[in-house]
Amino acid sequence: MSDETLLEMRGINKFYPMGEEMAHILKDIDLTVKKGEYLSVLGPSGSGKSTLMNIIGCLDTATSGTYTLAGREINELTEGELAAIRSMEVGFVFQNSQLLPRLSARKNVELPLIYAGVPPRERRRRAREMLEKVGLSDRMDHYPNQLSGGQQQRVAIARAMVGNPSLLLADEPTGALDQKTGRQVMALFQELNREGHTIVMITHDPNIAAYARRCVHIIDGELTEGGDRENA
Amino acid sequence: MLKSVRKTLVMLKECFSMSLSNILGNRVRSFLTVLGILIGVAAVIALITTVSGFSGTLSSSFMSMGAGTLSVSVTGSDLKSGMTADDLKEISEMDEVEGITPNVSLRSRVSRGGNYETNVSVSGKNAYYFYRDAELVQRGRAVHPTDEENSTFVCLITQEMMETFFYGVDPVGETLYIDGTPFRVIGILSDADSDSILSLLSGGSDIVIPYTTALKMNNENVVTSFTVYLAEGEDSENASAALEEKMDAMFSFEEDCFTVTTMSGIEDTMESMLSMVSTLLAGIASIALVVGGIGIMNMMLTTVTERTMEIGLKKALGAIPWQIQIQFLIESFLLSVIGGLLGIAVGLILSFALCQVMGMTFTFSLSAIALGVGFSAAVGILFGWAPARKASRLNPIDALRAM
Repeated sequence: MSDETLLEMRGINKFYPMGEEMAHILKDIDLTVKKGEYLSVLGPSGSGKSTLMNIIGCLDTATSGTYTLAGREINELTEGELAAIRSMEVGFVFQNSQLLPRLSARKNVELPLIYAGVPPRERRRRAREMLEKVGLSDRMDHYPNQLSGGQQQRVAIARAMVGNPSLLLADEPTGALDQKTGRQVMALFQELNREGHTIVMITHDPNIAAYARRCVHIIDGELTEGGDRENA
Repeated sequence: MLKSVRKTLVMLKECFSMSLSNILGNRVRSFLTVLGILIGVAAVIALITTVSGFSGTLSSSFMSMGAGTLSVSVTGSDLKSGMTADDLKEISEMDEVEGITPNVSLRSRVSRGGNYETNVSVSGKNAYYFYRDAELVQRGRAVHPTDEENSTFVCLITQEMMETFFYGVDPVGETLYIDGTPFRVIGILSDADSDSILSLLSGGSDIVIPYTTALKMNNENVVTSFTVYLAEGEDSENASAALEEKMDAMFSFEEDCFTVTTMSGIEDTMESMLSMVSTLLAGIASIALVVGGIGIMNMMLTTVTERTMEIGLKKALGAIPWQIQIQFLIESFLLSVIGGLLGIAVGLILSFALCQVMGMTFTFSLSAIALGVGFSAAVGILFGWAPARKASRLNPIDALRAM
């Protein structure tokens, strides 16, 4: 872990219109994540953790405050520029893996590279390498419905990592898995982190959050530091 | 710059293959969606090809019969009600003219023995009419110049007349009564083409007699309708101008005494009528295309809703809005072009069959195909635009929440 800052949030607020009123979802959030960190954001449903993830992942922008990711101010970017940042800097892993059913595992992994405009040959090579890394070298041409839940999630992780993003952003990555495959996925995350990848994982499950090296709690839109396990 | 063009091309290629796999993955639904376009394009192509085959057939028969002829009809003035024999002679001696045939027609009661028939079409022609086309007479002899000069009571009859009045008897040399006047039958007319559309236009008649005789029977001494056959290589426009000049002099330059109609003029009128009809029909058929386009739009809107999660995911993976839009646009474009190509195939088969049945020449019309492809592509882009835009504007968070 270096001392270089990857993402920094200062005084982030987010309001959403709820009927007549504006709901205050995120309240004055300050958060700094350094390169190579493995952070978990722990919070119950309705705590605002999904909104926080959307802002971290550049899917959404804050109502107020400043957010810097990989040295770029995110607040004032257009939709197209946000897409470019997502393509370059962020790899998403969702709860239900979210693979496209009509594409093979390899094609699914290639998808982010298609939007980044990577030529076909290099795309194939990188997708193959990534699938080998997550232990699916014999499942490249299988379709999602021919894969188990754990395998699907590993394809999703390969897809998130194939563009070599600076941040791996996971939303309840084990939510749809049984305990054993969940542990396997967590092991993969730890391995990726050991290799130097920065990971932010959002979860409601303290047992899963415990895999991370640092944990923050979010309750009612307020963030509290849960302590750095290494330093503790 | 070059790099971004390359990137775009790579992206477009992927969009094509993804769209194709989406279309093929939903075969039944895609086919049903495409059916509207298919029917529209097939109908447009079948109509255009059939009508153009019809007009081709029509104009070739016009050519065979009418090129190089003018037909003149005379209304006359107070001083001069029609053309005298001398006038006609003068016209037939013009440089542009090879010969002329007066048309004197009457409706008569024809009888022989106990048989009779009323309202028989009898026309008076001259010797030149038969001289020009030897095949008009099937048997016997034609009208001779002497018949013309002496107004002899001779006639030629059609096969049909022969069967009516001379069953089992050789009519040549026999007598037939036209409006009570005995006529000697001198020949039988061949009835080639007697049932074509053109015989109706050219006023096919049952009995032909010398025109001088016909004038007498009508109690007239002038001809009010005649056909001018132009000399070889004469342009019908020039000839008609020369003829009009000559006839203007004959009628002392009074206006509206006669009209000269060229066959090409009739053909032009005919063709413009046909093209109007075909445009109208194609217009009606293109309603089917619009309906088909709405079908595609509906399917695309459904698809966008169904694939909300896919759209959200792609956006999260870094797809920018226009990449999403172009993908859906390509999908609707492909759908309707597939429909268009199938429609062209069906339309061509249909029009080939129609042409065969109606005995017309089938012409493979490239413009019809271009029209079909162009139309369907335009429909795809036009009706795919709104759904594609909707997809591209989906908020990725909302889209992901749907999962």
